[in-house]
Parts: sequence; C-alpha cells; structure tokens
Amino acid sequence: MQFDIFKKKRLSSLLMLAILAAFTYGAMIITQYDVIKGFSSIPKSIHWGLSSFYPTAASLDNLPSILIQLGRTVLTSVAATTVAAVFALFFSLFGSKVTKVNNFLSVLSRGTATVFRNIDVAAWALILLFSFGQSALTGYFALFFVSFGFLTRAFIETLDEVGGHSIEALRATGASYPSIIIQAILPSSTPQMMSWILFMVEMNIRSATLVGILTGTGIGFVFDLYYKSLDYNTASLVVITIVIVILILEYLSNYVRRVVL
Amino acid sequence: MDAKSIQQSSTILRHSKSNRIKIKPFSKSTFVLRITLAIMAILTVLSFATINFQTIDFWAGLVDTVTNFQTMFTTPQLNHFSFWEGFYAVLITMGLAFLTTLFGAALGLLFGLLSAENLSNKRVSNVIKGSVAFIRAVPTVLWVLIFAVAAGLGSVAAVIGMTFHSAGYLIKAYSESFEELDEGVIEALRASGASWWQIVVQAVIPSSLSYLVSWTFMRFEINFSVAVAMGAAAGAGGIGYNMFMASSFYFDLNEIGAITYYILTFAVLLEVIAIRFKTNISGH
Amino acid sequence: MTTLLNVQHVSKQYGHDTLALSDVSFSVNEGEFVSVIGPSGAGKSTLLRCINQMVDTTDGEIHFDNAILQQMNKRELRGLRTNIGMIFQHYNLVERLTVIENVLHGRLGYKSTVAGMLGLYKEEEKERGIELLEMLGLREQIYKRCDQLSGGQKQRVGIARALIQEPKMLLCDEPIASLDPNASKRIMDHLKSISRSMGITALVNLHQVDVALSYSDRIIGVSGGKIVFDGSPKEVTQEIIQSIYGSEANDLMVKLGGQNAI
Repeated sequence: MQFDIFKKKRLSSLLMLAILAAFTYGAMIITQYDVIKGFSSIPKSIHWGLSSFYPTAASLDNLPSILIQLGRTVLTSVAATTVAAVFALFFSLFGSKVTKVNNFLSVLSRGTATVFRNIDVAAWALILLFSFGQSALTGYFALFFVSFGFLTRAFIETLDEVGGHSIEALRATGASYPSIIIQAILPSSTPQMMSWILFMVEMNIRSATLVGILTGTGIGFVFDLYYKSLDYNTASLVVITIVIVILILEYLSNYVRRVVL
Repeated sequence: MDAKSIQQSSTILRHSKSNRIKIKPFSKSTFVLRITLAIMAILTVLSFATINFQTIDFWAGLVDTVTNFQTMFTTPQLNHFSFWEGFYAVLITMGLAFLTTLFGAALGLLFGLLSAENLSNKRVSNVIKGSVAFIRAVPTVLWVLIFAVAAGLGSVAAVIGMTFHSAGYLIKAYSESFEELDEGVIEALRASGASWWQIVVQAVIPSSLSYLVSWTFMRFEINFSVAVAMGAAAGAGGIGYNMFMASSFYFDLNEIGAITYYILTFAVLLEVIAIRFKTNISGH
Repeated sequence: MTTLLNVQHVSKQYGHDTLALSDVSFSVNEGEFVSVIGPSGAGKSTLLRCINQMVDTTDGEIHFDNAILQQMNKRELRGLRTNIGMIFQHYNLVERLTVIENVLHGRLGYKSTVAGMLGLYKEEEKERGIELLEMLGLREQIYKRCDQLSGGQKQRVGIARALIQEPKMLLCDEPIASLDPNASKRIMDHLKSISRSMGITALVNLHQVDVALSYSDRIIGVSGGKIVFDGSPKEVTQEIIQSIYGSEANDLMVKLGGQNAI
C-alpha cells in the first residue's frame, strides 16, 4: 500500500519532468536558441567585458552629461509613480471588496487595472510614440500607465487584507464612508502601500532605461548612443551610474520599510 | 514613592502648546512615512517643472492619445503579417519567457539554497547576496545588449541576458522563502544525521514549495512582458519585434491595435493560469 | 419598564435558499442584560447585526426606541447606529493607531463628514475618552499602539469605543470567545457593571452557556435561525439546553451539571 504511494509519487514527478523537458525542447526550437552557442557565449562575453567594457579616463569627461540625463530619468520615474499612486488609490478603493461602493464600479476598476498592467511598458511606449513623439512625455506616460495598473492591483490586495475588521466596527458607530476611509482604512494600509510605491519607483527606473532606448530620451538614449557608436567605455560608465542609483534607492527603501512596517 | 507615582501618572497625558490633549504622539514610523511622501511630492513637482514642454503640446498629445486608443482598439487590423504568423510570433515570445524562467529557476534554486542563511555559511551567503544585488540593479535590456556584443543580436543574447536578471530575482526570492523556514525542522533532521542534500530535498523544498511556485509564476509573467520588450528594443524577435516595426517603420495604428490584443490575451491567460496553479498548490 | 427594542417576525435570507433567521420575535426592556446562546451557525451573529442594520432584514420589522428601522434612510440609519454600541469577537480595532485614537473613533458618527475626515475631536470628547479608559484600567496604555496590547486590553479598548458613543444599547458579538478565562471574567464583569451603573441595555451573543447563566437577566436560545427559548436563567434546564444545542449538547451538559453542583 505504502509502496504504491511512493511509486505513484515518483511516476508523477517523472511525468512532470518529461512535460517540462518537452516544453523546453519546443521552446528552444521555436526561438531558435542554440544551447552550444549559448554556453560558449558566456565565457566570450566575460572575456570581452573584462577587456573592453570598463570606463576610462577619457570616458569620464562624459560623466556630467550622463548624470544630468540620469537625474531626469529618476525624476520621471518618481513622478510617474506618485501620480499613478494617487489614481491607483481611488481605483483600488472602488475595486477592493472591502471598501467598494458598488459591484459595477468594482468590476470596472479591476478590469481597467488588468488592461493597463498587462500591456507592458515597451508596448505602451510604442503606442504613445504616435501621440507624443520622441519626447519625455512618451516615456512618462508609458511608465505611468504600467505603474497605475500594477499599483491598483497591489493596493486592492492590501485593502482586502487589512481593511475588513476595522471597517465593520466604524460602520457600526455610524461613521460616514469618507471618515471610515481616512480614519481607519488609510492608517492601517499606508505602510504596506508605501512599500509597494517604493518598489514601483525602483522598477520604473529600470524600465525607464528600456523606454529611453525606444523613445530616444533619458538615460536609455544616452546608453544607446554610446553603445551604437561602439564607445563601450562610456557605455559601461552609464551602466555603473545606473547600478549605483538603483543600489542607493534599494538601500533607502529598505530603511523606510524597516521603520514603517 | 507615592509622590513619584502621582507625578508619573500626571505626566502620562500629553498636551500640545495650546494645552489641547494630544491624541497622536510622535512616532518614528509616521515621521519617516511623511518625510518619504514629502520627498516624493517635491521630486514630482520638480519633474513636471523641468519637463521640456516646448517641443510638444501636452493637451493636443492627450487628445491624440485618446483618439489613437479608439483607432487601435476599435479597428484592429493585420497588414504586414497573417493571423497565424502573429500567433507564431507570440509563441516565440512565450518560448523566450519560458526558457529564461526555467533557467532562472534552476540557477535560483541552487544559489538560493547557498545564500539562505540557515542552510549555508554567512560568508558564502553574503558574497552571493551582494553579487545578486548587483545583477538585479542592471536593467535587463542592458544585460541583453551587453551579451549581444559577443553573441550577436538574437535569441541567444536575449535568453542569456534575461536569464541573468531572472536568476538574480529568483535567487533573492527563493532564499528569503528558505529563510522563513522553521529552524526546528532543520535541526531535527540534522540531529537524526541527515546530510545537507537530504535535508534540502526532504524538508526545505517541500515546505517552501508553494512560495517557490508563486514566485516562479510571478517571474514568468514578468518575463513575458520583458520578452516583448526585448523583441522591440534588442532584436530578440517575437511579437515585440512586430510591434516595433508597426510603430517605428509602418506607423500603422491598426496593426498596433491587433498586436496589443495578442499581447493582452496571452498576458491575461498567463495571469489566470498562474492564479489557478497557485491555489492548486497551496490547497494541497 | 419601557421596551427599548422590539423585534417582530424578522427573517433573513442569504441568496436563494439559505435562511439565516426565520420569523424571530422578541423584545428587550431598558437596562436589561440579555444573552443570546446557541450553536455556531445558529444565526446569533446575523440577529445581532440586523438590530443595527449592518445586515438588512428580508422580512419583518425592528422597532428601536420608538422608531422603525426598516423605514429609515441612510442618514437616519447612521443616526441610529450612534445610539447602539457594538463590541466584536476580534475587537476590530485599527491596530496601527493609538488606544485613544481608537476610542475616539466612537465619536465619528456624531460628526459632519468633513470633521470626521479630518479627525477633529473636541476637548470634552478627549477627556471623556480618557475617563472611560481610566475606568477600564487602561490609563497607562493611552498612547500605546493597539498592536502592543493583550487580547483582554484590546477588548477593553473596544468597550471604551462603544461607550464613548453614549449608546442606549450595547450589542456584543462573542466578546470573550478569543480570550483566556481570566480576561474573559474581567470583560464580563465590566459589561455587567456598565449595564448596571449606566443603565445601558446589553444584548450579548455567547457560546459559553455557564457564563450566560451567571451574568444575564434573561436568556434567549437560538437554534437553526429560530428562537427556541426565551426566559430567565433559572428556567434553563438540561432539556432546554438539549433543544438548543441538539447533538452538541452532550459536551455542554457536563458544564451545566458542574455549575449546578456548585
């Protein structure tokens, strides 16, 4: 009897592995991924990186202009996140099953969030190029739309988690809906929401690099410029500045999370 | 003694300058929260103040966006490839996401175990965590472009570059799940003379399986959208490349609309499957 | 004695076929301490929430303080709720806020929306809150965050929040179900003395039959959404317990027997 259970377990694990292997093989064929080339390219890349992908004294001359663009990118990422957070707050209040006003608005706001979240940031950038052209606004709105979708879902989950009990108590005291939201729901959910917002800022700076390449703005454009002109020394300097900014930001947000949560 | 206790109880109540009773005493967490919000608000204002509005009409752009949305979503149309070619392109994107998630998960599992503080030693753990923080800090597109110099633009560079970032993400997520594990379980097995691998296979992985699955699926969803982006920005092929062509070469809004529907359908499908899988696993 | 609450033929249906309450009628006099007992899922919780209309009734009428709840609009309902304090099994406090802030939440029903949103409380209200906290033995905890309190302390904060409403009636939904015996006794003593000294009517859902018998003026037994007993604690016999709890009664009879023996 017991032997049977183990045998069954082993069989189902084997089946899982076989399915996984089949999928992997299929995916390799369809994407034309060459395993040997894949493995051999790693040492090749490392060798190339060590021999030519590092900043030189000459590339440091470009540092001021890089920093200006990086600063713009950070500002755009923060602005997109904060404005998206304000919108997401309202949509999540309507969308959460704890704080919803009625079912129609709840479904509507959840649906809107799903659409905005599932079209990725590169697609948004390509769509927005039509109306805003190669300007900072294209990148800003692309980041804004994705942040809005993502934060709405995150906020709805937060509200569902923390809201339930205290909202019942305050409704029983006869408090009005706006008072309940501001006095009970927001104090218990802001720390968690803040944590999501900080996460979103970090993610947006990374996405901004990508969007910049597509829309010709900010730090992504700067990287693309040096990369395409084969000035790898300066390109590596761009990468290093991005890494430093993201690590600092990660450190700061971890600090805020530790204190606030 | 008595006088002291009376004094203590009278100092419990705190008053503001105008002698009103305070109901919100100072707390560090509220203070930090407010400062953070204030800084973000200031940066936002600064950002809008420095955006160069001269080259672009904000309101006209906004109106344009709305009419463009209307064109895209109400009259989608494929002009440069057939329905099945589009479908095949999404499959390529999906394949990229699958491969990179799988490779990332394998690396994540190995290095996640090595970097979990309760399963490894402090020095190894710190070295891995430090390198992983660096790997994650570099945006995926830059990894792909960096690998493309040696491997050439294409699926190889895309897979390796995306795997790098996925692995960085999953190593962190997995090791945090492992660290949440009850110390007693590991101790009990260690006391019974089990080897490191036995502990990992028999206790660690089974008890954190639902976390591992939910993180992996979350990364799969992210990788799908990253794969779309790499098609557009780093020549990785797939639906992202079609979108890039439609946007930057053909200026074809109707085709963009159709491609958006492709992406949306698959992304939502992925989300639904992920939710099903997660509830299935945690139900057992 | 004047009747404060009169429940007439109230039914509550969830969905198409789940009948939580069916044709429930009873009345409660001013100042009375009434316990509602019955097995879990009998409809106790729904019954309590019908009285302040947190759950709306499908059928029947509820008269409270000479007004008919079913005829009230939203604004009037909010006014009604300020007159009824509610205490919960899980305390339902905003854990991240201080004790005094949670107590003052009880005043929100009296405020205009703007004053409520801004949390503008009068000095008298604050003083009253502190007075209540002192009465409940929480003076030292006034500025503590609620997540630092023990279960019994949290429930006392819940009581203070209900009392600051200056209610005519207290609805207590399983107030001691999550507490240890010592804290339970303390909470029940507080509720009883509040009801006595302030003349506040109390309607308490309880799972513990022995507690209900020793604290209440009257017992209402609910089973399967119907009232099966309504009388003084002295009239409660083992047969009645059997009729309320059905198959669950065997466990409870031991307790009742034990209590009778004392």
